[in-house]
Amino acid sequence: MIYNPTPPEKTHAENRVAYVNARLLDPATGLDAMGGVLTQGERIVEAGAGLFTKDIPEDASIIDCRGQCLCPGLVDIRIQISGKDFANVGASAVAGGVTTAVCLPNTTPVIDDRSVVEFVARAARKAGLVKIYPYGAITKGLAGEELAEMGMLAESGAVAFTDGTSAVSNARTMAQALLYASTFGLMLVQHPEEPTLAHEGVMNSGETATRLGLSGLPKEAELIIIERDLRLAQMTGGRLHIAHVSTAESLDLIRAAKDRGLTVTCDTAPPYFALNETAVGDYRTFAKLSPPLRSEADREAIVEGLKDGTIDAIASDHTPKSEDTKRLPFADAAYGGVGMETLLPITLELVHNGHMGLLEALGLITQHPAELLGLPAGRLKAGAAADFIVFDPNRGWKVSDTELNSKAKNTPFDGRPVQGRVLKTVIDGRLVFDLEG
Amino acid sequence: MSKTPFDSSVFPLRHLLGIEGLSPLDITLLLDRANEYVELNRSVGGKLDTLSGRTVINLFFESSTRTRTSFELAGKRLGADVINMSVSTSSIKKGETLIDTAMTLNAMHPDVLVVRHGSSGAVKLLSEKVNCAVINAGDGSHEHPTQALLDALTIRRRKGRIDGLQVAICGDILHSRVARSNIHLLNVMGARVRLIAPKTLLPAQAERLGTEVFYDMKAGLKDCDIVMMLRLQTERMQSNFFPTVREYYHFFGLDYTKLEAAKPDALIMHPGPMNRGVEIASDVADDIGRSAIREQVEMGVGVRMACLEVLSLNLAAERPVADPNDSPVIDQGEHA
Repeated sequence: MIYNPTPPEKTHAENRVAYVNARLLDPATGLDAMGGVLTQGERIVEAGAGLFTKDIPEDASIIDCRGQCLCPGLVDIRIQISGKDFANVGASAVAGGVTTAVCLPNTTPVIDDRSVVEFVARAARKAGLVKIYPYGAITKGLAGEELAEMGMLAESGAVAFTDGTSAVSNARTMAQALLYASTFGLMLVQHPEEPTLAHEGVMNSGETATRLGLSGLPKEAELIIIERDLRLAQMTGGRLHIAHVSTAESLDLIRAAKDRGLTVTCDTAPPYFALNETAVGDYRTFAKLSPPLRSEADREAIVEGLKDGTIDAIASDHTPKSEDTKRLPFADAAYGGVGMETLLPITLELVHNGHMGLLEALGLITQHPAELLGLPAGRLKAGAAADFIVFDPNRGWKVSDTELNSKAKNTPFDGRPVQGRVLKTVIDGRLVFDLEG
Repeated sequence: MSKTPFDSSVFPLRHLLGIEGLSPLDITLLLDRANEYVELNRSVGGKLDTLSGRTVINLFFESSTRTRTSFELAGKRLGADVINMSVSTSSIKKGETLIDTAMTLNAMHPDVLVVRHGSSGAVKLLSEKVNCAVINAGDGSHEHPTQALLDALTIRRRKGRIDGLQVAICGDILHSRVARSNIHLLNVMGARVRLIAPKTLLPAQAERLGTEVFYDMKAGLKDCDIVMMLRLQTERMQSNFFPTVREYYHFFGLDYTKLEAAKPDALIMHPGPMNRGVEIASDVADDIGRSAIREQVEMGVGVRMACLEVLSLNLAAERPVADPNDSPVIDQGEHA
């Protein structure tokens, strides 16, 4: 059940709620212990091990977590909003445990002007539920030519800058953008795909593409942009973040750059460590993603990159697409899949498969992405916004269109049995999602 | 009209191509002399005869109004014959090379060539090919020495000194010859120089020229005695140096709010021509108490008189006789 809290109740500021009997997980402090959280209004008043084992404040209402896990709300630093569909984004987000999301600037209209930043903020507020922060465009109209007003966009609330699903492909433009952005200490997020080499490729270049008779998109299109941008970041002193890395060699490049002291970060998305190009199988357009699903060796390397810290965060790449744009021959179908509701369970596969601990995995979708973009989120801390989730890391379910709250159902994980489910989502101290409610 | 006698042997150079390399003594000499001319220009009308019989050619390959007029006036006040050549409308259009133009003019025996050119180093190249003295009136993004001298004179007259002052140069440093000449002059005269600009408008390793670099106006202007604004070349907007004039003005345009960070008696300067509402607010530019912008123009004439005088006194009394077999100019190659 999703509760839309708008308009806010007048008494909310005084409301005290005690979440008791929870396994508290806070990656930022390494906390993993039974305890509780007390909220008042929109804030966390207290959170800690052993809290409420004896006495619970009399005026607080009580929510019994029944021993389930309680962790900071998920922070998803890469989602797309199709058209003006803010309300639907919220429903999908809270069902997936996402309390803070950052949307790409390829909204309608494009976020390349102060007024649009304010429009997005207002629309998101009106829709309630998830907290949405905007990326600003690097170039006007995402055209890759003229710089957008990054300084003023940042003042209005853009948290970082990207041209969304297209790379800034002109080297001079990217260099100037990095230089200009670093004037204000702003970060650029690059979609690593060299467009002229990607050409008309629709899936990873290789045997599978050859068998299916689909035009291949070589991994070199990703590598060229990453290599180039690492050089440009070094040259300009600009702050670079590479979005959704998908190949083994991408990680080699980024790892080497980090080793020589360059401040560069990257993220990946669940499909790139949970699926490979064979998921395209019988022309499944739900598995048509950008970047494309890669080889099994690449997938394994992404898992390694998550384990050794080369990859700083996981983002869902949530890209809702209507049936009309997916029920097409593979080459004509749209790129992208919805992802917010599978972000937690697919990330937890890393835990269930023994690759990393629970706290470590949660850090990749809470604390780390929040710190990357300087968002006030991702921690269980007294005084912080009361944004957290209660989840069962072991509950099994099957991803299907009936289970998803998202209006668009285009998930590359369609039909996949997964483990781990969000039970409750709390944003600003309000229970906005309750699976059993 | 009286003037103090002047020992030309004190100034060691044949040309004035840049500030870089000048000693504090050279600069002080020029400033002292220029200061006398400023006073003379204010008190008396009429011409001097210092350069009587000398020919000054203003050779401008780039359009200019104030610098060319300033040099013309300076030459005429000293009694020289001044000729203006605007080369953009002349032989360069017909395909003549820079060196051929220089050779042609050299054959007419001028005494001083005042040259502005759009390419860095072009004035130096030209100076190597002529017999007369050459004054650089601005070459590309390299130097504009008389502008730095007139700025220095303005500062010295207003503040009584240059040594120890904190000076901020703000704006399009990357393309600015004014900035480079000023950096050299202010450093050698003991001022501390800060540069304030977006990173896209700062040249690489600018701090190596002896400056402190800032990307934020308020931080950079803190406790400054002098605020020098540079013209923003809006034609550069298409080349991604900055997104829009609106954003540039918001962060780097000088207005009273940003100026609060500087000292209360900070002097505001601008080499002109100004873009009001782009790099400087109109009310700041017109603030009689703080803006020295019009005074800079006045100093320009005095400084250029001093430069013309000093260099022409270094010239030989007799013009060298042109000898086709011993040309200092062109490598005659196998035909020599």
